[in-house]
Amino acid sequence: MKRRTLLATAAMGLIALSGTAEAQMGKVKACFVYVGPIGDGGWTFQHHEGLKQVEAEFGDKVETAYQESVPEGADAERVLTQMALSGCNIIFTTSFGYMDATNAVAAKFPDVKFEHATGFKRDHPNVSTYNARFYEGRAVQGTIAGRMTKSNKIGYIASFPIPEVIMGINSYYIHAKKVNPNVELSVVWAYTWFDPAKEADAAKALIDQGVDVIASHTDSTAVLAEAAKTGGKVIGFGQASDMAEYKPSPRVSSIIDNWGPYYIKRVGALLDGSYQQADAWEGIAGGEVLIGEITDAVPAEVKAEAEALRDAIAAGTYHPFTGPLKKQDGSDWLAEGQTAPDGDLLGMNFFVEGITGEIPK
Amino acid sequence: MLRLEKRPTPSRAWAWGTPFLAVLLTMIAGGALFAALGKDPVAVVRTIFWDPLFGEFAFYLRGQLLVKAGPLTLIAVGLALGFRAGIWNIGAEGQYIIGAIVGASVGLAVYPTESRLVFPLMILAGGFGGWLWAMIPAILKTRFNTNEILVSLMLVYVAETILSKAATGFLRNPEGAGFPGSRNFSSYPAARNPELIAGTGMHWGVVAAFVVVIAAYVLLQRHLLGFQIRLAGQAPRAARFAGVSPNRLVIFCLGASGALAGFAGLFEVTGPAGQISIDFNSGYGFTAIIVAFLGRLNPVGILLAALLMALTYVGGEMAATNLGLPSAAIRVFQGMLLFFLLAVDLLSNYRVRLAGFGREAR
Repeated sequence: MKRRTLLATAAMGLIALSGTAEAQMGKVKACFVYVGPIGDGGWTFQHHEGLKQVEAEFGDKVETAYQESVPEGADAERVLTQMALSGCNIIFTTSFGYMDATNAVAAKFPDVKFEHATGFKRDHPNVSTYNARFYEGRAVQGTIAGRMTKSNKIGYIASFPIPEVIMGINSYYIHAKKVNPNVELSVVWAYTWFDPAKEADAAKALIDQGVDVIASHTDSTAVLAEAAKTGGKVIGFGQASDMAEYKPSPRVSSIIDNWGPYYIKRVGALLDGSYQQADAWEGIAGGEVLIGEITDAVPAEVKAEAEALRDAIAAGTYHPFTGPLKKQDGSDWLAEGQTAPDGDLLGMNFFVEGITGEIPK
Repeated sequence: MLRLEKRPTPSRAWAWGTPFLAVLLTMIAGGALFAALGKDPVAVVRTIFWDPLFGEFAFYLRGQLLVKAGPLTLIAVGLALGFRAGIWNIGAEGQYIIGAIVGASVGLAVYPTESRLVFPLMILAGGFGGWLWAMIPAILKTRFNTNEILVSLMLVYVAETILSKAATGFLRNPEGAGFPGSRNFSSYPAARNPELIAGTGMHWGVVAAFVVVIAAYVLLQRHLLGFQIRLAGQAPRAARFAGVSPNRLVIFCLGASGALAGFAGLFEVTGPAGQISIDFNSGYGFTAIIVAFLGRLNPVGILLAALLMALTYVGGEMAATNLGLPSAAIRVFQGMLLFFLLAVDLLSNYRVRLAGFGREAR
């Protein structure tokens, strides 16, 4: 019994010691947990670019550390604990699957700030969440897809059936349909964020079905590599990162996740003492979502149309989810002129009318 | 030309010395690798092998060593029984997955029943699941003489497919906003495998690992079955003459290793992992093969080997975060460990002779 209490108090004591003071800080250690390798050319690569921008912005006022390819499960909790113990002041956990681990570790380290990407749980005052309005970029991609498809079959490689992914699919479809009423959408669920072989298989399956424009919600360049093999028949988009090496075709445009400004803002707030718990969700207007160059493989009028849409979203004059919109089952969702409230989007678990597939249940 | 010649009696001292030599060689070759990556090799090796045990955060990391070593030991002890008898179960990863799924299913089926019986029932179900999955290669082998290496390995991929079905389908958390993954057992007290003493990492799976090590040691040293296992491995013909039924051994060894892998899966899913998720399995079943050999197929050796392996994981993570080492480098480092062990083993069992070309032509 004595030994037990001793161990427990020793642990608690050290945990308390490793915490950091509030208010202004002379130096911040910012740590990042990645779900894939930094060389994935997509999601993790872009987060790592954000880390580099933080370093460039603050110089020797900031120290950074990161760990790549951390599995979403028991290992994540240990990695986070190690980071908190080793003096990280702010830890960015950059995948949805770290949600429970982030909140569990945050409970033990109240003085360390945790920032969880794309999640919704903020169980403790030191947990913030951040995300980007990728569906705005999907609207631009959908417009291009609807105009560019010759077979009228467009595809979407989805990762997991979570609101984040579903709203992207809906936005892509709505805007393709708007410019091309004959368009049909096929969705393939890959159940992975990063698995080049699986992603390539999914792309092949879509191409075999006659799909000639593919958007993807997975992290690697495998989908574009597969599209490139068709000799220009199939086009796609850079996902998360610009994926410029596939320009001008099959990569005709891209959604670029630009995390740097947010990371700089948060680390800066910690340095100057203005840090507060947040639930950030910026889009094209805030610069978190960038639309990569639309290449010459796209006709000039389509390019102009897509760019006009982008600018309207940025200016706030157009919302990608504007009524009238119905759900897949035919029930009403948004009335004429009504725009989707954020709450609807964050909990989105339905396809809009016209999409034929089902969301896995 | 080089030629290998079997040593008549490999030295006993070397048999125990080789694992240590292999670790030492891994440190040297790994150090060279880290140096080539532009890191201070001494600092990296110290971070991996020293810091988790005696460094600043050892109070937390020591417990994590147990968390990692527990399932490795459980699985590896089971595998070693078979390996000793020349029965090669390569599919412990699959049995681990199925054990976790069957055990978790039992717990989730009665959710939210609060009864002391829930957890013991789940443990039994977990072991049963692993046993059942191992019975497939076992029965195929005894009935149709199929190769248990291939069958058990292929069944890992089948198990992984069932796992993703479970995580996205029949075990999915109904309150999980559509995201794959079961309910988290950490919020279901009756089915939870908690840390028994705060901060030590000790959970029921670790306790089970210690018990199994002792039981397997007694079995191998003191029990007739253990003798038969050893005999079957060393002299299969002699074993048959002595009345050892090969089929019975296959069923026992595969069954035991399957059940132990199933237990490991159950303890993991209810404890450290917390839930059935698509990538719930993290390779314990395969790493345990390395651990079994590193531990000389001896239960006590396996326990030490599992702790060493856990050290490379936990220390490797530290090195990755604190020294900016790519995660692939850590995996190469772990691979080196097996490579050197096998290489040094070869040299302790065989003599390398320089042979002339003349003698080569028969």
